Parts: sequence; C-alpha cells; structure tokens
Amino acid sequence: MGNKKIGVFVCHCGTNISATVDVEKVAEETKKNNPGVSYTTTYKYMCSDPGQKLLRDKIKEEGLDGVVVAACSPKMHEHTFRNAAIKTGLNPYHVEISNIREQCSWVHPEIPVGTEKSTDLVRMMTEKVRKDKSLNAIKVPVTKRALVIGGGIAGIQAALDIADGGHEVIMVEREASIGGHMAQLSETFPTLDCSQCIMTPKMVEAAQNDNITMHTWSEIESVDGYIGNFTVKIRKKARSVDLDLCTGCSSCWQVCPCSKIKSEFDMGLGNRTAIYIPFPQAIPSKPVIDRENCILFKDARKKNIKPNDSKVCRKCIDACPIAPVKAIDYNQEDEIIEVKVGAIIVATGYKELEDGLYGEYGGGKYEDVITGLQFERLASASGPTEGVIKRPSDGKEPEIVVFIQCVGSRDPAKGCSYCSKTCCMYTAKHTMLYKHKVHHGHAFVFYIDIRCAGKGYEEFSQRAIEEEGATYLRGRVSRVYKKGEKLVVLGADTLTGSVVEIEADMVVLASAMKAQDDAMEIAQKLSIQYDKDKFLSEIHPKLKPVESSSAGIFLAGTCQGPKDIPETVAQAGAAASKVLALLSSDELEREPVVARVDRQLPPVFSTCIGCFYCQKVCPYSAIESEDIKARDGSVIKTVARVNEGLCQGCGLCAATCRSKSIELDGFNDEQIYAEINAVEFN
Amino acid sequence: MKIKITTKELKSDFAKEVEERSGIDVKKCYQCGKCTAGCPVAYEMDYMPNQIIRFVQIGARREALTSRTIWLCASCITCTTRCPKEVKIAELMDVLREMSLEEGLANPLEKNITTFHEAFLNSVKKHGRISELWMLNEYKMKRPKTALQDLIVGPQMLSKGKLSFLPHDIKGKDAVKRIFEKCK
Repeated sequence: MGNKKIGVFVCHCGTNISATVDVEKVAEETKKNNPGVSYTTTYKYMCSDPGQKLLRDKIKEEGLDGVVVAACSPKMHEHTFRNAAIKTGLNPYHVEISNIREQCSWVHPEIPVGTEKSTDLVRMMTEKVRKDKSLNAIKVPVTKRALVIGGGIAGIQAALDIADGGHEVIMVEREASIGGHMAQLSETFPTLDCSQCIMTPKMVEAAQNDNITMHTWSEIESVDGYIGNFTVKIRKKARSVDLDLCTGCSSCWQVCPCSKIKSEFDMGLGNRTAIYIPFPQAIPSKPVIDRENCILFKDARKKNIKPNDSKVCRKCIDACPIAPVKAIDYNQEDEIIEVKVGAIIVATGYKELEDGLYGEYGGGKYEDVITGLQFERLASASGPTEGVIKRPSDGKEPEIVVFIQCVGSRDPAKGCSYCSKTCCMYTAKHTMLYKHKVHHGHAFVFYIDIRCAGKGYEEFSQRAIEEEGATYLRGRVSRVYKKGEKLVVLGADTLTGSVVEIEADMVVLASAMKAQDDAMEIAQKLSIQYDKDKFLSEIHPKLKPVESSSAGIFLAGTCQGPKDIPETVAQAGAAASKVLALLSSDELEREPVVARVDRQLPPVFSTCIGCFYCQKVCPYSAIESEDIKARDGSVIKTVARVNEGLCQGCGLCAATCRSKSIELDGFNDEQIYAEINAVEFN
Repeated sequence: MKIKITTKELKSDFAKEVEERSGIDVKKCYQCGKCTAGCPVAYEMDYMPNQIIRFVQIGARREALTSRTIWLCASCITCTTRCPKEVKIAELMDVLREMSLEEGLANPLEKNITTFHEAFLNSVKKHGRISELWMLNEYKMKRPKTALQDLIVGPQMLSKGKLSFLPHDIKGKDAVKRIFEKCK
C-alpha cells in the first residue's frame, strides 16, 4: 500500500486552530513536500455537516484511499470522520486524525511555530496512513443475563429495572438479607417518610420477580471473561439452614440461648441470637447461624469434630417443626456455583467510618457518643428502643444532644479529604427526629459548612433551624470528655469568634461514608479501577458516570462515591439502562484495535517465547496462554494469546514483549516508526 | 476579647424574649453577612451587625446588650431592606437598645449617644417636636465635653433660619405627651 492516494483536510476550528496556525500554508506545504498526498484542502469546521460532506465527496471524486484530518483530538471527532469514510466505502481505519489543536494551536502562541509544528504533525500522520491496513470490527456474542453485586437499594433498583426489561438477573448479597443500609434508616430526608415503608415493597418486589434469582449470604469468588461473556463463580456461604425447607416460623431463634450477641443491623445497640434473621422484614425471612458465636460450633471447633456431632446445644434443631427432614443442617458447607452473564453491575455500597478513629471525640470509648447510623437505629420504630430516644449508657432521655458534622469527612489528616455529601442533610433530619420525640430537648449542631444542594434540601435544613429550633454552631469540635454523667463538648462558633462549651447528655457523630473494607478486593476480582479513597472509579466523571474501566461492568450507588438515596436510585437506573442496551443485541461490535501475538508456519509457530511478561502487565487480564500441540496431542510450545473480547488496546503488552511478538492492530511498529521517521529525516 | 459560650447561654430564652418584644425571629438569619456588607457605620462597630444577631441566636445576652454596635447603628434600614431572609435587623437593634438601657448594660463608651437619644425624646415629649436649640442645650449640659463640638455651624444655621431661639410647640402636643405616658 506504499502508493496510496492520500487526502489531507485541515480544519480551522473557527479560530481555535487558525488563530495560531496558518492552515492554508500547512495544506500547501503538505501537498508540495509529500509525494502521495494527492489532495489537500482547508475548511472552517470539518466536523460540521458540510465539512463531512466535503470529506465524503473528495474521497469519491479524487479516489482517495487514505485520509488525514488535521483537527482536534481524536477523542473528539475520530468517530465522526471514520463514520463519514464508511459511507463512501472506505475502510474507516484508513482515516487518521492529526491533532493540531490540543497539541499545537492551543499551546503555541505564535503563527510561525504553530504552522511549522502542524506541518510536521500532518506529515507524521500521512506517513502512518501509508502503512494503515483495513481492520474489521470484532464481533462478540452476548449472554443475555446480568449479575448485580450487592442487594442494597442500588442493587435492588438496578435488578428490578433489568428484570422489568425482560432479562434474567442474578443478585448476590453477602449479608443474610437484602436491604443494605437503607433498611437500617429510620426516616429519610427531605420528606421524612419512613425508610422501611418505602424500602420493603422494593425488597418484596425483587424477591417475587421471576426474572431475579437471589443469592443472599453469598459472595463473589471470581470473575472471568469479558463484555457479553462473563463467567462468575459465587460462593454460597454455609447458612446452616435449608432455604427450601425453612418456612421462617421463628421457632429456632426464639429458643436460642446465645442471646447477647451485638446485632450488626442495630449497629451494636441491640442484641440478637446466634441463629437469627437480621431484622423483622428481612428477605429471605429465613435465619442463618452465626458460626462464630454459636456455642455448638464453638464446641465443635474446640473438640475438632463435625458440628453435627457436638451435643452442647441442639435447641434450634429440636425446635424446628419441619419434618421429617429438619430445615437446620449443622454440617452444611460452602457451595460454589458458576453462572454466565453478559453484564455486571457493582452495587457493593459503603461502610460507616469506624468510631474509634476519633479518640478526641470519645468515639468507641463513651457509650453515649454514637454514630449517625446508630442514631438511625435509636430513632427507628423497629430499633432496639422501639423508636424511643434513650442514652445507650443508662437509658435516660437525653435533654441536650450535640451533633457533630464532618466526622471523618473533609479531614485529610484522618485520611479522608472528601465530603460525604449526605451528613448535612441527615444531621438536620436527626435534629428533627430528636425534637419530634423529645419536645423539650435541645439540639446543637457543629458544622463547618452546611452543604444542602438538592431539591428541597436547603429548605429542609433551614426548617430544622427555624421551625424545629436546632441551634447550629459554626466550627469543628475539638474535644469531647466525660464529666460526671455529662459529656462536655468543646467547640467554637467562628461567626462570633467565641469558644463554646456544652454539657451534653448524648453526642452524635455524623460519621463519614467510607469505601467498603474489601472494595479493593472486589475491584481486583473485576479488573476495574478504584480511586485514592478506594471508591470504584467511573471511566469518565461527566460523560460516563456509571461505566467502570472494564467494558460491560457498571457501577451503581455508594461503591462509586458518597451519595444519597435519590442519587443512588437514579444511578442504579442509569446502570440498568446501560445493561439493557448491551443485552438488547445478540452480538457486540468492538473496535478492532487489539493486540495480537504473532503466529507463523511450522516449525516456528510463533516467535513468542512464552515468558508471559505481557500477562503480568495487562491491566485487563486479556492475555491467555495457548498450547500449540502436535498431532499426537503433545505440547510443542506454550505461547501467549490475546483475548479480543477483553483487550482494550492499551499496548502495554506490545511495549513489554521481549521477542517483539506482539503487535497492536492500528498502532503496529511499522506505523509508529513511519510516524517517528517522518520527523527525524526532515 | 475572648467570649465563652456555655450550655447556660445556649439554653437561655434570650432569642425568645427578643422575638416576643420585637416580633423578629432571629433563627431565620443564616449568617450570610449582607447586613454587615452594606452597613455604612460597620467600620466603627465593635461587633458586626450579623454578629449581633448571632449573639441573640446563641443566647449571648451580655455580648449583645453591652456592645457598642447597637448604639452606633444609625437606623438607616439598609440592612433590613436588603436582608434575603427578611430579618428586620435595624428594628432588632432598637429592641436591643431598649433592653440594654433597662438592664443598665449600655456601653459606657457610647454615653454620648444615649444622652443624645434622651435629649431628643425629652424635646419631643415637651414640644411634640424637636426644638433643635433646646435639645442641643440639654445634651451639651449633660455632656459638657461636647460643649464646643460643632459650634461653628451654629451661626450659619441661625442665619439660614434653621435654628430658632424659641421652641415651637405642635398643635397636638398633649396627644404626644399621652403617647409617652402610655409607653412608660
């Protein structure tokens, strides 16, 4: 293809390019000095309709078989111009973009420099185009089933939306029940509607939907494959209860003698038994045995016998009315199941900042210093106090409650520089809930800023101050210490420049939303990126907010960053619509810019020496090994192979390969050297 | 000056008391500072107008009532006119001045101003209107240090007929007097 007829189209981009690049001169020079460039022109806006038409017409009229568009970054309009080429019958991979805007006109203030550099850049690209080969889109089949990891509001919403779209969904939740954090909340801002009242119908809907298969008490073991074709292994942790047999009659947990275990659902403020359901509306409403704390399992571990052989306590199994086979099975073991899905939504949620981190606030030391989620449980009708606000230490009604905002948030010294976004609103809500229940009580809030951006949010926080009479004090609290029965809160009011000292009965910390402890692990299993705070990263913060860095894997909810319920639901819906779009076609077309390990005729087979350095550097786990076998089945050679479905065309493997056996289609060595040489020899 | 706010102040009914007397709900103020930004005498004040409201909000009675700010306020009403939350700040200052006098907390540094207010009201009480010369007379008698202040403009005002030697009573003088009686 050495004697291609190449056309060069130089864009003015209004004055974006033409102000510092003499575009006419670039076109002229290019034509004069580059044999093979048979046509050059300039146009005000190449990306406009008439600009594209010009491109199409000239390809036909001049019989061009290679095109360089000198314009903005290929990230902007490469797609546009390649699509225009397709319409003329030209293979789109013979169209290249020379970036003379971001990399030239915008950074060079003078015309001579800009023009000279642009001419160079265009020449480089014409040399590349000479070496361009036709490439065809890669087609991959799609498994029409989705996986949703996490059964909180984000996961449930996404699963329901996909199921309503007519596709199967597999939902994996690691806790014994779906519901997540939203099920723990008492009332929700800014409408103060009961969280469980709006959450439980969704949970029931998900449970009853025929398209949704739920795996609770289960975790993701491994994820392999690529967009449209993932293979996922799910570990179904031993529940010790047979979900098919159990009717959730409650006989077992009523007789369980281990009743002093701190309830995780109640954030440690209430107790649960060893065989338990996390909360009354749990789905499935069937118990699980906490093997760590159950005396039978403790005994079995000590004696190193099978749990069923232990005779310490068999109250639950004795109480189980199911016959002839009991629904409780002490010897049940973890089970690993394998599913095939076409798309994955990650909705693994957040965790609340551990309260021990703020020693100066007495978190984890004083019983009456509690976190936001603990306050939610205190205020919840289904909580340990049935909604009566009581001090955890002595059960007294607190008359002065101090709420401290930004505990963990906006505190780089504690490793958390971001704003958790929801705390301003939930603290305002907490003051209201408190004042509704303790009319004569005083609520004080220490804040740095009140950030209530959202529909009805500002009005809500002002209502807490104006109507409910919460007193807001502007300043971070320095210290909380105990004085008799009281907690002394030392803070400031920077608006008046005063030191503030409050003797409080209870202190509520608006603790930050943090990434789950094992967020990195799940990111690694899925080969997706996460940020400095271990929140999973979207691929583009503005234009691709629900797409992860791996194709076919989407993000929903707080695993991606702190957000409130409306935002979570909206994001879950967005992720679901992306999944539905993906599952709507039988085959996917992928850009053919992928790496390729060379294959040769026997006896060489491949120049690959099988060092698999490429496998180590590949961020997408796209390198597989392939055995080249003789007719008798014996392995002659083990070489690398690129999985086209997984490869994102980053080129790391090609750069790493020691035997130069890997080429990146569209950016092969020949093309890159042609570009480089075009600069060196002029 | 270091200010310390404790549970006592925070739990006090100062804001409620102010609201009862003035009808102004100080809780509405979200401390944007627009009142301070537009105040023509803020540069002379010890606390900014928004800080005075803040004192009321957090129950810092002493700080509010002993401040010089409440006396320096010229009642130009710029703050009230511009307040986004419709807090009547200038009117609030009025109530705070009253409370400050009642409780004997008026800042001694602003004695000139309180005396001027007294002389002004006395003149109105007596004549139903201001008699500039007699009012000034009373003021300067009570604050002898100010005796020579602004004396130079006296002759000019006299020549232009802005000052008269004899007080002019209004017709409804008795009615004004009754207003004063009722306000006691």
